[in-house]
Amino acid sequence: MPEVTMTVNGKPASGEVEGRTLLVQFLREDLNLTGTHVGCDTSQCGACVVHVDGQAVKACTMLAAEADGAEVTTIEGMAAPDGTLDRVQEAFKEHHGLQCGFCTPGMVMSAAALLRDTPKPTEAEVREYLEGNICRCTGYHNIVKAIMAASGQEVSALAAE
Amino acid sequence: MPKDHGIGASSKRREDERFLTGVGNYTDDINLRGQAYVHFLRSDVAHGKINKVDTSAAEAMPGVVRIFTGADFDGVGGLPCGWQVTDKHGQPMQEPAHPVLAQGKVRHVGDPIAAVVAETAAKARDAAEAIEYDIDELPAVIDMKKAVQPDAPKVHDDLESNLCYDWGFVEENKPAVDEAFEKAAHVTTLELVNNRLIANPMEPRVAVGDYARATDESTLYTTSQNPHVIRLLMGAFVLGIPEHKLRVVAPDVGGGFGTKIFHYAEEAFCTFAARALARPVKWTASRSEAFMSDAHGRDHVTKIELALDADNNFTALRTDTYANMGAYLSTFAPSVPTWLHGTLMAGNYKTPLIYVNVKAVFTNTVPVDAYRGAGRPEATFQLERVIDKAAIELGVDPIELRRKNFITEFPYETPVAVAYDTGDYHATMDKLEEIADLSGFEARRKESAARGRLRGLGVNTYIEACGIAPSNLVGQLGARAGLYESATVRVNATGSISVMTGSHSHGQGHETAFPQVVADMLGIDESMIDIVHGDTARVPMGMGTYGSRSLAVGGSAMVRATEKVINKAKKIAAHLMEASEADIELKDGQFTVAGTDKSVAWGDVTLAAYVPHNYPLEDIEPGLEETAFYDPSNFTYPSGAYACEVEVDPETGKVTIERFAAADDFGNIINPMIVDGQVHGGIGQGIGQALLEGCAYDENGQLITGSYMDYAMPRADDVPFYQVDHSCQTPCTHNPLGVKGCGEAGAIGSPPAVVNAVVNALRSGGHDLTHIDMPLSPSRVWQAMNA
Ligand code: FES
Ligand code: FES
Repeated sequence: MPEVTMTVNGKPASGEVEGRTLLVQFLREDLNLTGTHVGCDTSQCGACVVHVDGQAVKACTMLAAEADGAEVTTIEGMAAPDGTLDRVQEAFKEHHGLQCGFCTPGMVMSAAALLRDTPKPTEAEVREYLEGNICRCTGYHNIVKAIMAASGQEVSALAAE
Repeated sequence: MPKDHGIGASSKRREDERFLTGVGNYTDDINLRGQAYVHFLRSDVAHGKINKVDTSAAEAMPGVVRIFTGADFDGVGGLPCGWQVTDKHGQPMQEPAHPVLAQGKVRHVGDPIAAVVAETAAKARDAAEAIEYDIDELPAVIDMKKAVQPDAPKVHDDLESNLCYDWGFVEENKPAVDEAFEKAAHVTTLELVNNRLIANPMEPRVAVGDYARATDESTLYTTSQNPHVIRLLMGAFVLGIPEHKLRVVAPDVGGGFGTKIFHYAEEAFCTFAARALARPVKWTASRSEAFMSDAHGRDHVTKIELALDADNNFTALRTDTYANMGAYLSTFAPSVPTWLHGTLMAGNYKTPLIYVNVKAVFTNTVPVDAYRGAGRPEATFQLERVIDKAAIELGVDPIELRRKNFITEFPYETPVAVAYDTGDYHATMDKLEEIADLSGFEARRKESAARGRLRGLGVNTYIEACGIAPSNLVGQLGARAGLYESATVRVNATGSISVMTGSHSHGQGHETAFPQVVADMLGIDESMIDIVHGDTARVPMGMGTYGSRSLAVGGSAMVRATEKVINKAKKIAAHLMEASEADIELKDGQFTVAGTDKSVAWGDVTLAAYVPHNYPLEDIEPGLEETAFYDPSNFTYPSGAYACEVEVDPETGKVTIERFAAADDFGNIINPMIVDGQVHGGIGQGIGQALLEGCAYDENGQLITGSYMDYAMPRADDVPFYQVDHSCQTPCTHNPLGVKGCGEAGAIGSPPAVVNAVVNALRSGGHDLTHIDMPLSPSRVWQAMNA
């Protein structure tokens, strides 16, 4: 079995994998980073989104072997080492952007990637960007609100509660 | 000023930290030492006779531990049904056997034929492909009305027919109802379909079975809304394991919406196989597998008739519904189209005479059971649609027609066997008109028209019965369980508290909201209180979370147990302060003696309870822990009024939701932030049902919508921000918190609002139509416009 080596959340990680092993399986099963979730088998739900070399990637669409040598960031690597949440995590908490929490890691990773490229997205831009992330709990209201808040925009008038 | 703690405060959720940092503990995150993996070989035909399942080649594949087939479950119980409906002739429903693995026949695509246990999931999957099986495909029954024809192929050969039951409610009222229709000044008739849905919690189902030979104890980790119910059903009816030898744990649960209430074959299999193999066995559903094995929802075909007098008063209502049960009876399936549907047909209206007929039908499809709202969305949809159609036919304003017929006096006994305790339907409608800015609609319609779009407004009300349920009542109605809830409040020596509750959270934030209540009652900080749930070994008893019952029933049990704690703590405080118990008051975590300046703190009393040096040992025992069971005396009746504004593109038929407003009456509110979130989520699912989602089978029973490629889930750009309000509050009169429940309202109230709005939009464009069946996809809307 081939050996893969990558940097995950700033630390070196390696393991032997079958050729067919997906990156998400490697993260969950070999590295025990179970924050990255699997919600589908057709690359549609986005529960598995991680960052690979700075790009948001669905970890179920990439083989572990393809990530050989890459820098990977998962939800476990988002908060500061002292536990301080990053701005997207903080905004999700503040604005109740999660319920069951299952879609949340993927949502946070997607949102972080969006805000890096589009620092002040409009509501429409947020909604469109989230096309590949399904949430069944929130009706998206508070997710969109949280992401806009994380970008520093005033959200209290978006829709009264 | 909004409160910043306790009841009524939008306390931030304490669950969030772990979910946001990736350290939640969902069932698939659990891996036990030595665990094997199971893969189920599932039927790819809807109906067939199993001639042969030859596992010998597969057994020889690398890593295979053992392969199980239906024959391994001879002598093991089948999956039980928890509710027996009695038909209109007084006969019990037809109840087929439901083996863990198929025996003799397969009855739907996805029915498990064999289970391969192997060292890895991939090896189990590989070996399953090597199983040789021979199945004679039989003609399948998919369409319900064809399934009840005398010559239809039978799903279950040992049953008389595919009719599970023919239910009449209230059967004795039928002649009076029919007579009212004959006398009516106007009758509106509507035929409609309540589309079949797949719940699709984002976490697929998972089961991990474990067995300890030393103690003969089995443990099941499972994605469940109600681990105690699974322990009861699986232990008593399937595997014959007594409760004290069976532990069921449901850790963090990634959404459920009803479909994780039920006891499934995979749970029984993993528990059974772990015993047989003396090692842990794990199953994780793929999404494709979830589509063909999670219980589906809705799937009713209905004809509804509304009779009105010359003054537009509703005089009678008559409905005729076919309800799909699928191939087997899922745990609570029979109750959904009957007691959770027929009893709600009065809606918010004082219609004096109602008759509901429901024919439940077996088909070669996945079992159908409760999905968010469960029966109540089906009732609300048909009622609110027929009222809109009546308004069109009579040329009256649909809101006025509703207001004219609102129930205004409470308590109110409906003709369908329930008694609403409180409500104020004009108040929620007034609030809706305000928050939805209905007076501004015409201007918005003009603005849409200027852009070539048809704008429509749809308004409706809803009522639901939540807080399930009085045990003696549901026992009479066929429930094979009591529907109370239990709570244990364990106060520790230092004053911190663990509340063991039989309710379970799959996203509702119980760990946050429940402590708000206890903190309020004791006057101590919320952070001193933790909730323990989801584990039969840690929580004495429970019935779980569904039917918007957790706070109304589980919360009430917690209040009762906390009251017992307070009573005992006051006795201790009285002793410490050498005062009479009757004079002790508890406020802000301090016990005081009325009329004096004596006081002891909460922590002094709790410490005394566990270090009883100075303690009334002759009167009371040391320790401070109390349990209460709460059995509700009635359902609760949340209600509300919803408004949707849509734009339709006349070129393509595409519908966009422009505005959505919800004015709900949930009684008292513990955490407004969480309540808002529940309503948002329900509306999102309701919009999904109305515009996007529809589970489809072809005529041979192939599941056409078997993945997210084919089943349209609502995405962020399918929905708007929602305007929600729950300031109209008529507290429930019969539970100690005055709460009604909020979890399902959004999914119940929103589909008719959307459809009413689209019909309104199309009519404004000159299309003379009164109904389109959900989901209102562009092609359906376009076809309706061009019919
Ligand atoms: S698990 Fe990767 S997109 Fe669904
Ligand atoms: S919070 Fe449950 S799926 Fe998004």
